[in-house]
Amino acid sequence: MAKHKTPLLDELEKGPWPSFVSDIKREAESRAKNEKGVEYQIPVDVCDDLLGVLELSYTDGETHWKHGGIVGVFGYGGGVIGRYCDQPEMFPGVAHFHTVRVNQPSGLYYSTEFLNKLCDLWEFRGSGMTNMHGSTGDIVWLGTTTPQLEEIFYELTHNLDTDLGGSGSNLRTPACCLGMSRCEYSCIDAQDLCNDLTHEFQDFLHRPAFPYKFKFKMDGCPNGCVASIARSDLSFIGLWKDNIRINQEAVRAYIGGEIPPNGGAHAGRDWGKFNIQKEIIDLCPTKCMWMEGDTLKINDKECNHCMHCINAMPRALRIGEDTGCALLLGAKAPILDGAQMGTLVVPFIKCESPYTEIKDLIEKLFEFWMEEGKNRERVGETMKRIGLYKILQVLEVEVDARVVQEPRTNPYIFWKEEEVTGGWDRKIEDYRSRHKM
Amino acid sequence: MDQEAAKQAIIDGIKSKSKSKSKFYFKDLTAFVPEMKTLQVKKLLGQMVNEEILEYWSSGSTTFYGLKGAGKQQAGEGE
Repeated sequence: MAKHKTPLLDELEKGPWPSFVSDIKREAESRAKNEKGVEYQIPVDVCDDLLGVLELSYTDGETHWKHGGIVGVFGYGGGVIGRYCDQPEMFPGVAHFHTVRVNQPSGLYYSTEFLNKLCDLWEFRGSGMTNMHGSTGDIVWLGTTTPQLEEIFYELTHNLDTDLGGSGSNLRTPACCLGMSRCEYSCIDAQDLCNDLTHEFQDFLHRPAFPYKFKFKMDGCPNGCVASIARSDLSFIGLWKDNIRINQEAVRAYIGGEIPPNGGAHAGRDWGKFNIQKEIIDLCPTKCMWMEGDTLKINDKECNHCMHCINAMPRALRIGEDTGCALLLGAKAPILDGAQMGTLVVPFIKCESPYTEIKDLIEKLFEFWMEEGKNRERVGETMKRIGLYKILQVLEVEVDARVVQEPRTNPYIFWKEEEVTGGWDRKIEDYRSRHKM
Repeated sequence: MDQEAAKQAIIDGIKSKSKSKSKFYFKDLTAFVPEMKTLQVKKLLGQMVNEEILEYWSSGSTTFYGLKGAGKQQAGEGE
């Protein structure tokens, strides 16, 4: 028997899609039965009260949560987000309902044993409700009380070998794709880079000193499975700078229909015979591919690494061998300003452990942004305000034509006199001798 | 500026504005010790939190610093 009547929430269970209401009800029932004999450290009816307060919010058309507070673990400025219900008498189970962020494993690899340990700990000391995963990538644990926080932190760091994630004006938990562990397209060891930077910049993860949040995300290749270009302040995208490797025999096999294109995907209907001209060459955004007889040619200098041809014919085309990554700065969702995609700041950088060159760039960026960024301003907004050129100067990166998306519409490159042949001085007579009008 | 003087400057700075607010952005505090580098201030503030002179307040998206015990406290929440 449910503790609270929830007619509005019940409507959300009627659609064809999975319902979070059903999930919460199931957990409420499981806690009430307690077949495993768990000594719950927070109210057993936390899930019932969560449903109750949500129903009340739907009825009232306004929230009954307050968020933010001084709760956390000692010495850490992030990882816990205080949450309180403004109707604690009516819903005592969720009077304090703090969120805990836990650093997820790189590439989201879990062993069953680890998952069991996480869930056991959270059933014991929290609500049992999780969000796998939050937008940043963390394991998100929904709902516990203040006295449980230090206990949870001790267990996480001593017995589960992980840490709290980032929140507030901190570096947020870095996130990456599967990288080289499973993916032949990966140009960088995204998991190693993610793990390395998490450790290297750990102090920035836990002790807030930024104007606002800052996110790293690593994509092993331009397919961008973690969408770092749209979701992170500093995006690492693996790519290559030599030539796409071509196996001409396999190209002919694709043309002949012996190998299904797209790794056999989209095979649910008959798309007709594979047509390399229509499906690959004509779709190349830079038109850098053509056939000479039965041989595929690529003008690699024009390739912009869109990945389409490689995705479509993975056995014939492979990423190059001289691999590294591009760095893009400033992506963000709309908060102060509109949404922004990352801006290319470093077209190519080698990406090998111990990543010294990359770490040097990050340190310069952090130091600058901490000084110059305004409160609650993302680095993308700082860059927009002061100009890309200034950021490139801070990073001590030479201006490269590839960082200019549209010449003459991005007027932020201002040359210094010493960078221009002949400086600013010129004789107008010389000019007029060559230009009469 | 030595560590103790810097700590005192931060405490004095916070107290001087305590009538209008109890929570401060990181940048508000760096302004109290302009001669120190930002990274040094970060380290110092971390130390002051460990010494329980300061405490963090986080909204989830933004983090503030305040003198320990100043402003709304955990016990006052949810009431």
